[in-house]
Amino acid sequence: MRRAALLALAALVLATPAAAAAATPKTTLPDVEDEVMCPTCGTLLQLAESPQANDERDFIRREIMAGKTKQQIEDDLVAQFGERVLATPPASGFDLTAYLVPALGLVAAAVGIALGVRRWRRASDAAGTDDTPLDEGETERLDTDLARYDL
Amino acid sequence: MSARTFWSFLGVLAVVGLLAFGLISKGGNSVDIGQPFPGRSLDSLDGSGSQSIADYRGQWVLVNLWASWCTPCRQEAPALEEFNRAHAKDNFTVLGVDSKDLTDNANRFVAEFGVTYPQLHDGPGMLADDLGTRGFPESFLVDPSGNLRLIRRGAVTADYLQTTVLPFLSGKAHQ
Repeated sequence: MRRAALLALAALVLATPAAAAAATPKTTLPDVEDEVMCPTCGTLLQLAESPQANDERDFIRREIMAGKTKQQIEDDLVAQFGERVLATPPASGFDLTAYLVPALGLVAAAVGIALGVRRWRRASDAAGTDDTPLDEGETERLDTDLARYDL
Repeated sequence: MSARTFWSFLGVLAVVGLLAFGLISKGGNSVDIGQPFPGRSLDSLDGSGSQSIADYRGQWVLVNLWASWCTPCRQEAPALEEFNRAHAKDNFTVLGVDSKDLTDNANRFVAEFGVTYPQLHDGPGMLADDLGTRGFPESFLVDPSGNLRLIRRGAVTADYLQTTVLPFLSGKAHQ
């Protein structure tokens, strides 16, 4: 009984780190490369081919080997190259406009479409409210036309 | 002017103003000969604190922008070190600024070439932007008053240092 309990405990101790490692997906180079810039090239690191870009990739590989998460790697890159190494600008200062302008554009477009639809519906309602009764000739012509479609 | 025209005009003006501001704030700068050298404070490469050119007031300083991944920087490093050692007594120093580079790689470069002059780290390349740098290496001679006297776009050679930089230190340069 005691032996069985010890075996169970050992299995649990060995299984826990393995399970934790399996649950935490390992960061990959392509995963980081498309979110950071090559500072000398002015392009995404993913697209950059230069000695500096290769150094930056080596740095990321070493960080991955050290078991760092994507966020930790990006923080370390910012410590080396500053905020401009991030492909997405920080949501502060002038760079905030990168987020605000598209959002304001969407709101303006939605308001424009809503106003346009409203105006169009009003115009079509106005056109459809002609309640003048048909005269005798028109009624006769309508009946003839409809009779033509009787099956 | 109708209200709609006014708001349309205001919207267009805001977009144009925003674009202009972006271009101006991100646009390239440069410093001309005779102008004060930018006083940006940078961290020391060895992590021992921070410095700016103002800390060298009263001294001739050859500010050398470099990076460990830059091949011409490797070629000029021995000449810079030799010139610095030879003229340290002449109220002169080379001041290295490692730009857009990883600190570990830069420190390896310093050890490899036995560089003894002070080194600063400018990872984001802010000083390089202030100076309108087009590539690495570039060197800037700053006089004891903090004004720019020479610009060298590209690697320096022992000959350049002797024939172009040295006359300034000895007061024989054509002003």
